[in-house]
Amino acid sequence: MPDTGSSITPADVAKVARLARLDIDDAHIDHFTEQLAKVLQHFQDVDALDLSAVEPMTQAYPLVNVLREDVVQPCLDRQEVLSAAPDTEDGRFRVPPIIGLTE
Amino acid sequence: MSEIPRTVVDIADAVATKQIKAREVVDHYLAQIEARDGEINAFNIVTADHARAQADAIDAALASGEKVGALAGVPVALKDNLCTHGVPTTCSSKILEGWKPPYDATVVSTLRGLGTISVGKTNLDEFAMGSSTENSAFGPTRNPHDTSRVPGGSSGGSAAAVAAGFAPVSLGSDTGGSIRQPAALCGVVGVKPTYGLVSRYGLVAFASSLDQIGPFATTVTDAAVITHAIAGYDPMDSTSIPKDVPDFRSAVSAGVAGMRIGRVTDLPEGAEPEVTQRLDEAFIALEKAGATIVDVQLPSFSYALTAYYLIAPAEASSNLARYDGVRYGMRQQASDVNAMYGVTRAAGFGDEVKRRIIIGTYALSAGYFDAYYGKALKVRRLIAQDFDRAYSQCDVIMMPTSPMVAFPFGDKVDDPMSMYLCDIYTIPTNLAGHAAVSVPFGTGAAGLPVGVQVLAPALGEVPMFKVAGALEAAQGGK
Repeated sequence: MPDTGSSITPADVAKVARLARLDIDDAHIDHFTEQLAKVLQHFQDVDALDLSAVEPMTQAYPLVNVLREDVVQPCLDRQEVLSAAPDTEDGRFRVPPIIGLTE
Repeated sequence: MSEIPRTVVDIADAVATKQIKAREVVDHYLAQIEARDGEINAFNIVTADHARAQADAIDAALASGEKVGALAGVPVALKDNLCTHGVPTTCSSKILEGWKPPYDATVVSTLRGLGTISVGKTNLDEFAMGSSTENSAFGPTRNPHDTSRVPGGSSGGSAAAVAAGFAPVSLGSDTGGSIRQPAALCGVVGVKPTYGLVSRYGLVAFASSLDQIGPFATTVTDAAVITHAIAGYDPMDSTSIPKDVPDFRSAVSAGVAGMRIGRVTDLPEGAEPEVTQRLDEAFIALEKAGATIVDVQLPSFSYALTAYYLIAPAEASSNLARYDGVRYGMRQQASDVNAMYGVTRAAGFGDEVKRRIIIGTYALSAGYFDAYYGKALKVRRLIAQDFDRAYSQCDVIMMPTSPMVAFPFGDKVDDPMSMYLCDIYTIPTNLAGHAAVSVPFGTGAAGLPVGVQVLAPALGEVPMFKVAGALEAAQGGK
C-alpha cells in the first residue's frame, strides 16, 4: 500500500486531471499540487489510527435493493430533454468524432 | 390589511382567512428584493412574473371558494441546485449556465402543491462546494448584517435571502454544513434533516451519501413546518426512508423538562471565545427550562474533517463526471470527443470544483483507493459509533455551529484548509446521517450573529425541535 505521508506531486496531479478529463495548464497544476498536499497532510493523523478491526461505512442508512414493478411509467419528454443539449441530430445527442480521425 | 406578516405560519393564516391577498404578500417580498438585492446578490434569478401569476391564481381560487394548499401564498426562495422545470438551474456554475431542467425536484413540486410561491433561485458556492458563497460564477453573496463579510456557504444565498427579508423561508442543501453554517452566520434558523427524510430527487448531486435538503427560516416553528412539509417517502429517491413523519410543529413548544442534553467534553478547540460563551449560556438556559446537562465524549470527532474531505470529493468526482458537454450545459468545441470533454470541463468549472474533482479522483485511483478512500470510510464508522455511545447517555447534543462569526471576503478563499475548518462542527452529522439544526443565539465579535447547534440521532427531529424551540423561547422568541 502506498504511503499516504509521501506528498502528492505535480505529475500525480497532471495524471489525475487527465483521468478526470480536465485540461489544466502547468501553472494551475503547480498551484493545485501545493494546495492539495496541505489537505492530504492532515491524513497523517488518520494513518496513526489502528483501523484494522473497523468495517468501512459507505451509507448512513442501511441500504436495500429498491425494486418496482416492471411496467411502463411516464418519463421525461424526449424533445424537451434533447433541446437542452449543445448539439443533436435525428433525435440523438451529437458529439465530435470518437474514432477514425483522418488527421 | 397594510402590515405584511413575516412568518410562514402567519402568512398562510392571513391568506387563508382572506385578511390579506397572496398578491400583496408577493409584491411586498419582490419589492424588498428589488430594493436591496443589487447589494446582497442573494438571487441568481428572480422569477417575479411567475410569482405574481401564481399569487393571482391563489387569490382567484380563494375568491371563488375553492380549497387552497395549507401554505398558500407563502413566498419561498430555492437554492439554485434544486431543479425547477423550465426555470434556469445553474448551481452557480458556468458549465450549467442557461440550463432549464425538464422536471421539478420533489421538494419543489411538493411545496408548490401546498401553495407556496417561488420568488427565485438563490446563489451558492459552485455545486455547493464552499463555506462562503465566494466560489460562485455569478459573484459572491453579501451578509445582510455586514456587507463586507461573507454569508457563509454553500447555501449563502438562501440564508441571506431570509436574513434580508427577501422571503420568509428558503430551501438549501447541506452536505457538510451548507445549511447550518450560513444560518449561523446570517442569524437565521437552518435545519439539516436526517439523511433519507427528505427526497433528494432533483437536487443536483454533490456527495450523494451526505447531501440533504432543508429549510432556512426566521423562527423555529417555521423551520419545523417546512421540514415537515418536505419530509416523507419518495419512490424517486432510492435512499428515501419509507416511514411516516411525526408532527414537528407541536414539538417546538413542548418544552425540555426531563430531557438530557449532551455537552461534549473533548470537542476540537478553535471556536472564538464569544461563540463558546453563547454556547455556555444556551446550556444554562436549557437547565433553567428543566433539562439535565450530561457530559459525553466523541473521541473520533477531530478526524471527521479529514475523512470528509476525502469522501465528499470522491463522490463529487464521480457525480460531476456527467458535465461533459454532451447532454446539457455548455460545450467548448474541439476536434475529437476526448479533447472536447477536457476543454469543456476546464472552461466550465471553477477552481474549487477542479480541486475537489482532482483530490476525489486521486483518492479513488488505482493504488490509492485503500490508503485514502477505504480508510476514510472506516473513520466514518468510528464517528457513527461515537455518536451511538453518546446517544445512549443523552437525547440531543449541543455544540457551536460555526467556530467563528461571519468573516471578511477574501479571508480564506485561497487557503482550502482554513476554509474547510469552518465545517469542523457540522461535518460529523452528515457522516453519521443524523439530524441537526442551527438556532441563532446572541451575538459574537463585531456584534455579528452566533448560532448554537442542536444535534440529534437519525430521525431524532422531534427532540431536536423541542430543544431548538426552548432555545428560542429562552431569548423571548416566538
